[in-house]
Amino acid sequence: MVTIKIISEKNIWDLLETIVDPEVPVLNIVDLGIVRKVDMHDGKISIIITPTYTGCPAMDVIKLDMYTKLLENGITNFEINTILSPAWTTDWMSKAGKKKLKKYGIAPPPAQQSICTPDAFQKEEAVQCPHCNSYRTILISRFGSTACKALYKCEDCREPFEYFKCH
Amino acid sequence: MLAVHQSRINYVLHLADNALIIGHRNSEWCGHGPVLEQDIAITNIALDLIGQARNFYQYAAELIGNNTTEDTLAYLRDEREFKNCLLAEQPNSDWAITILRQFFFSTYQYFFYQKLQYSNDVQLSAIAEKALKEVTYHLRWSSEWAIRLGDGTEDSHQRMIKAIDNLWMFTGELFLAVNYEKIGVNEGYGVDISLIKNDWMKKVTDAFEEATLALPPDDVWMQRGGKEGIHSEYLGHILAEMQYLQRAYPGAQW
Repeated sequence: MVTIKIISEKNIWDLLETIVDPEVPVLNIVDLGIVRKVDMHDGKISIIITPTYTGCPAMDVIKLDMYTKLLENGITNFEINTILSPAWTTDWMSKAGKKKLKKYGIAPPPAQQSICTPDAFQKEEAVQCPHCNSYRTILISRFGSTACKALYKCEDCREPFEYFKCH
Repeated sequence: MLAVHQSRINYVLHLADNALIIGHRNSEWCGHGPVLEQDIAITNIALDLIGQARNFYQYAAELIGNNTTEDTLAYLRDEREFKNCLLAEQPNSDWAITILRQFFFSTYQYFFYQKLQYSNDVQLSAIAEKALKEVTYHLRWSSEWAIRLGDGTEDSHQRMIKAIDNLWMFTGELFLAVNYEKIGVNEGYGVDISLIKNDWMKKVTDAFEEATLALPPDDVWMQRGGKEGIHSEYLGHILAEMQYLQRAYPGAQW
C-alpha cells in the first residue's frame, strides 16, 4: 500500500525551520531571514534564498543542508535559487530569532533597523549587553568572528560579547 | 555582436579581478595583523571582497559558457588576462600602506556601486546593491584608520606620508576608462567612472584634512595599464601563490 503524502508550502517551511546557521547554531534559517520565498507550481517546489553577506562561507553549508533535509523527507521535485536583490538586512530577522540570539549571548540587531553610513567616528549605536542588560557597553572591534558580527564589551559586568552589526 | 558580448565579459571580469586581487592582498594579513582586532577586521574585509569577486566570476562564467566556472576564471588565467587596477595589487608592506590602499579603494567602490545599482544589467545591479552595504562598512573602518594614523603619532604620520607617496600614482587609473568600460557606458550597463572622480576626491580631501595629511600636487604622473592586462611586477607573484595548487594539481578539492 503506497501512501501519497501531499506536501504543502507549510510543510516545507516547517522543514526549513529545522535547519540552523552553522556559525550561529541557535538560529534557524527562517529566523535569520534568508529564506525569502517558497513557491509550489504543478507539484514543483521552488525555494529562494539570499545570503547575509556575499562572502559568508555558511551559505554553501546551508544550501547543502537544505538539499539533504528535503531529500531525507522524500521531497525530490524542488530547486533552490539564490538571489541577491533585495539585499538582506538585519531587519528580516524574526522577533523569535532576536530573542534566541540574546539568550545565546549575542546582542541582536535593534528593533528599529540601523542603516550604516560611511561617516568616520560617528556616534555609536547603543548596544545592550545580552548578559546584564546594561547599555554601558563599548565597541572593541567593528568586525568579529563571523562576517555579520562586531565585538563589544560591557562596562558593568565586564563581559565581552558579540553584536549582530548594522546591515 | 560578438565584440559587444566580449566587452560585457571583460567588464565583469574587471570588476571581479579588482575585488579578488585586493581581497587576496588583505587575506595575506591573516595571522599577521598589528593587533588581533584589526587582524580580524582586515580579513573580514577580505572575505567580503572575495565574496563579491565570486558573484562577478559566477556571472562572467555564465556569460562565457563552455564549462567555464568561477574557479577556472580565478585560478587558470594568466597575468595578462587579469584586468584589475594596479592599486589592488600593490603589496601590503606597512600597515599604513594597507590602510591607505583600502581607504582609496573602498571610497572608489562606494561611489562606483552606488551608480552600478542602476545598471540595466539586472545581475550587475543586484551584485552592486548587495556589495554596497558591505563597502559602506569598509569605508567607515578604513577612513577612521587613515585619520587615526595620519593624526596619530609622529611615526604613524610619517608612515602615512610614505604610503601616500607609494600609492597616489595608482589612483588616476580608477577614473580613466578603457575600451570595454566605454562600451559598457554606451550600452547602459557600465558606470561612467569619470563622473565619480569628484566624489572620490572630496572624500579623500576631507579625510586627509582631518588626518593632517597633505594632498599630493596635481601633476603627479599616474600609472595605468592594469585594466588592460599590463601589470606591475607584483601581480605575477600573487598569482604564483594563489594559483599554485590548481596549476600543480588540476581540479584538486578539499
